[in-house]
Order: sequence, then structure tokens, then C-alpha cells
Amino acid sequence: MSSTSSQRAVYARIRSNPRFAELVSKRQGFATLLSVIVLTIFYGFFMVVAFTPKVIGQRLSEGSYVTVGIAAELFMFIFFWVLTAVYVKRANGEFDDITTEIVRDASKEVK
Amino acid sequence: MLARLNVLLLGLLAPALSFAGDAISATEKQPLNLHAIGMFVVFVGMTLGITKWAAGRTKSAADFYTAGGGITGFQNGLAIAGDYMSAATLLGLTAMVYAKGVDGYIYMIAFFAGWPIILFLMAERLRNLGKFTFADITSYRLNQSKVRTMAAVSSLTVVCFYLVAQMVGAGQLIKLLFGLDYTIALFVVGALMMVYVTFGGMVATTWVQIIKACMLLAGGTLVMILAMSQFGFSFETLMDKAISVHSLGEKILFPGSLLPDPVTALSLGLGLMFGTAGLPHILMRFFTVTNAKEARKSVLYASGFVAYFFNVILLMGFAAIIIVGQNPEFFEGGNIGGKIIGGGNMVAMHLAKAVGGNLLLGFLSAVAFATILAVVSGLALAGAASISHDIYARVLRKGKATETEELRVSKLSSIGLGIVAIILGIAFEKMNVAFMVALAFGIAASANFPVLILSMYWKGLTTRGAVVGGYSGLVAAVLFVLLSKSVWVTVLGNAQALFPYDQPALFSMPLAFLVTIIISKLDNSAEAQAERAQFDDQYVRAQTGFGAAEASAH
Repeated sequence: MSSTSSQRAVYARIRSNPRFAELVSKRQGFATLLSVIVLTIFYGFFMVVAFTPKVIGQRLSEGSYVTVGIAAELFMFIFFWVLTAVYVKRANGEFDDITTEIVRDASKEVK
Repeated sequence: MLARLNVLLLGLLAPALSFAGDAISATEKQPLNLHAIGMFVVFVGMTLGITKWAAGRTKSAADFYTAGGGITGFQNGLAIAGDYMSAATLLGLTAMVYAKGVDGYIYMIAFFAGWPIILFLMAERLRNLGKFTFADITSYRLNQSKVRTMAAVSSLTVVCFYLVAQMVGAGQLIKLLFGLDYTIALFVVGALMMVYVTFGGMVATTWVQIIKACMLLAGGTLVMILAMSQFGFSFETLMDKAISVHSLGEKILFPGSLLPDPVTALSLGLGLMFGTAGLPHILMRFFTVTNAKEARKSVLYASGFVAYFFNVILLMGFAAIIIVGQNPEFFEGGNIGGKIIGGGNMVAMHLAKAVGGNLLLGFLSAVAFATILAVVSGLALAGAASISHDIYARVLRKGKATETEELRVSKLSSIGLGIVAIILGIAFEKMNVAFMVALAFGIAASANFPVLILSMYWKGLTTRGAVVGGYSGLVAAVLFVLLSKSVWVTVLGNAQALFPYDQPALFSMPLAFLVTIIISKLDNSAEAQAERAQFDDQYVRAQTGFGAAEASAH
């Protein structure tokens, strides 16, 4: 699936645009940060399950059946989903705006 | 036993797995369920109507493989949820919460947590680089023939194992729910799948998955609300009663036997998370949307539905402890605490009957059947795309096949896959197919995922590295599962497993990465240099979507 020469020219233009480097580092940094948060919480939780299962069943307060485990999981379901929403909002807004601008500039200059 | 249970649970996304466990041996043909059959006939009528409509819109290869790339993020999100949540999600996970309590919830978070990662690391690059199959991405700057052949081999392996597991599960479930004969059930599933895929392609498959996802969400929610109304919608009341009657008592609040050690926990987490990210039928869904924006939205909606539904299932499982577990009507011989009629996986169905009578039971049964159809259709389409787009059009014909020829091969392939699925389903009827889903996930995580992610992120990847690494992952995953307890002992009847864990991902996935990276680094051929040089353009396209496959106009 090779690109045409005019496409290659656009790719080269885009690469030389400092805004492209900025887009990539911003978006990649953001995605990496969010991934690290998810993976840390998720595998941290799994390690608690594996090594100190007693903590999972501890109740948050006397007389309530909401345990550490149930609360932590509900938190993960909601929090991870909120993170996806945060990423989608920023990527579809801020990042895509920069992308559109970069591509438009590069295509214009080539023609 | 624990390890086996893990494999079992791993496959809860796939119908077969849960049935493969306690239900398979216990499946007895039930009396004909007319409500269920009636509602199922309505579903089939509706989906066939859609297929007819879709057939009129399926003219080009792009229409067939990706619905012309015109699916919206919301529709695709529902379809992904429909593809991802199988009948066993509903039945198996409810049963797990019923039997083990909070352990089931721990499994559900593992099924869920892969989605944010797919979004952050893969979704937009998949859409920007891919066209019809994920091999479009891995072979983007590498040797087309070699890399596509490797991707097609591992994809078809995944699809076949997954299909067999689904078909066996489908046969068992339908026998149980509808009172139909196993073989007849397989022919019904296989035939409907062939009709949807061959005539309606991705358009029909997507809509079958969307309708099914709506039915599943609605059915589950209704059962949950009716069940919770018996406890005044109070979680405390529910738990208080559940703990007082459950044989495990307070222990249902603690992790039990399902995650015995860190290795199992980690391997399971890795396998689920990255296996999902390497399943060809899930990856293919990312090519159906208009652009990267919609691809991201798909994940947002899909993960929202999945997260919501898992929490519904948690409540259903706990409610079933009291509503089903204390009702002699649902136990063989009316013996509470004895054997549940139809096997452990029927808990969700019994709950539906207890709170909503035969009508709700019929509806939920129809949902389960619809679910199986939606999942096998997605699989068959992904398999057909591998055969026609990768093997036929690119490897055999070197890209010289016309669109009509490629389309004809893809339709023949879907019919072929349907026939293969029916035959294998019949052949494996009496076998414990639990290992097959573990294998499918293991291969997806070990052969597809490493090469895919490296091709998108690492400039140094070469054809030699990708091919050797991909095949090592494939072989390692197959070998580890073969030598594990679930095949070596359970299926082959040996005394001792040679590989101590049932889930191979923790070992086979790093191996594939390592081999791919080392071989690529050692590769200094002229081709390798050229391949590395092309990464920069690919990188720009991955990041910006410039040059990406566009939605076809209708």
C-alpha cells in the first residue's frame, strides 16, 4: 500500500511543521499518562486481590455491605469510563483541530 | 480445578465457555419453549428484512467488509458492545456472582479494563491506517505476501477456535432454552449466519449486532429492576438477605478461589486486555466508521454500555441468590441447594422467569440466541475478509484481482466458514471446548497484538521480525495451552500438566515481543532498511489520518 508522490510530499511538509511535533508529543503524552493511570490502578487492584484478599471484603463502615472491593470496582468502572470520555473530548476537539490545520496547511503549500 | 475455572471464566465473552463448564455435561433437552421461539422468530424476521435491505447497499468490497466506512460512532459503539457481550456474559457472569459473589465482579472489571487502553493506544491509529483487515496495518510498509499470510494464518486460527467454541455453546444453549435438537440448532445458527454475512456483509452484521445489543441491554435492565423491586431497591437489604441465605455467607464479599496467585491474576489480566486488542472481528469494527473521531467515540459508547451492563449483572447475580436460590421450583426434585434445573448457567433465565413469568423468560432466551448469531456473524465476516482480502487478493493475486472477483471469493469464504463451523460444531459436541476460547485469546494476544502494536509504534520493525515473532507467538500460545491442564489433562487424559497455568499470555506475549524485536534489530538487509525508511510517512498518516481510507459515498 504505497503512497503516491504527491501524498509523500504532503507527508514531508507535515513532518517539517513544528505544530506536528507539538501535536504528537501532546497527544501521545496525554494518552500515555491516561494508560499509565488505568494500568496502575487495575493491576494494583489485582495485586491486592492476589496478595491481601482480606482487604477486599472489608466494609467501609459498620452496618454497611459496601466493601472496599465493591467500592473500588465501582470506582474503576466509573473512573475508567470518565477517562475515556476525557480523552475523546480532548482528542476530538483540541487535537483534531490542530490536525485539521496541519493537514490543510500542508496540502495547500504543495498545490 | 482453580486453573480450569480460570480458563472457563476467561471465555465468558464467548457463549461456549460457560456452557463448556458445568452446563455442557448437564445439558438436557427441555420442553419446547413457545414464547422463546415466537420472539426469536420475530427477531429473525426483522434481521432477515435488514439483510435484504443491506444486500441492496452492499455492492463494493468496501460495503461488504466495512459497510462503506459509513457507520457512526454511536452505532459502532452499540455494535462493538453487541460483539463483545455474548450470551455467556449474561448467563455465565450472573451465574458466577450467584455462586461466588464478588469474584464475579472482579472478573467483570478485567473484561472491561482493556477498552480504555484500546482507545488510548490504538483506536485512532487503527482507523487511520487500516482499510478492511488489521493486516492492512501490519503489512503497510512490510512485505505484503509474508506479513499478510502470517496475519491471515493467526486470524483464521483465532476465528476457527472462537467459532467452534461459539457453535458448541450455541447448540447446548438452544437445546436447553428452546428444546431444539443440538444438530438442528447448529444448522439454524450456521444457515442464518451465512445468510447475514453473504448477502448483507458488514451492513447486515452491524445491524444484527446493534439490535441484539439493544435487546440485551433492555432485557437485562428489566430483569434487574423487577428483581431489585423485591428489595425496595436497596443494596443493603439485598446484601443482607443474600449473605444470610448463601452457603458461603460473608465469604461472598471476599475474593475466593478464582484468582489463586499473582501469576494467574496477571496472566489473566494481560490475556483479557491485550487479547481483546488482537481479536480480528473486534479490530475490524474500527474500519467501519467514518474517521478517527468516530472511532474514538465508538470506544466511548461501547465501554459505557459494557460497564453499565456489568453492574446490572452484579445486581442480578446477588438478587438471584435469594430469588432463585431459595425457590424449590428451580432445583431438581425441589431440593433447595441441590442441582439447579438446566445447570448453573441457567440462573439468569430462572431469575427472569421468577420476576417476569414465561414471557420474560421467552424474551431473555430469544436475546441469548440473538446474541450467539451476532457474535458468529462478526467472526465469520472477519474470517472471510482474511481469506479474500489478505490471502486471495493480496497474496495469491498480488493485488491484481478485480473487486468483483474479490467480493465473490469473500462470499464463498463466508459460506465455507459457515459449513466448517457446523461440521466442527457437530464434531466437538461432546468435547470440553473450554480451552478453545483461552486459546483464541492467547493467540490474539501473542500473535496478532505484538506485531500490530509494534507496526504502529516502532520504526525498527522489519518483515523478518514481524513474521518470525508473529509465528513464535502463535506457536507458543498453542503449545502452552496444549500442555496446560485444560488440554493435556482434561482433554487428552494425561495425569500431570506440563505447563502449570491455563492462560498463556503472560509467557507467550512477551516472547513474541522479544523475538520480533531481536530479529528486527538483527535484520540489516536492504529490504529492512527500506521498510524502516517508510515508517515516517506511515507515522504521519497514523497521527493525522491524511491518506486514510475514506467512507464511500452512497
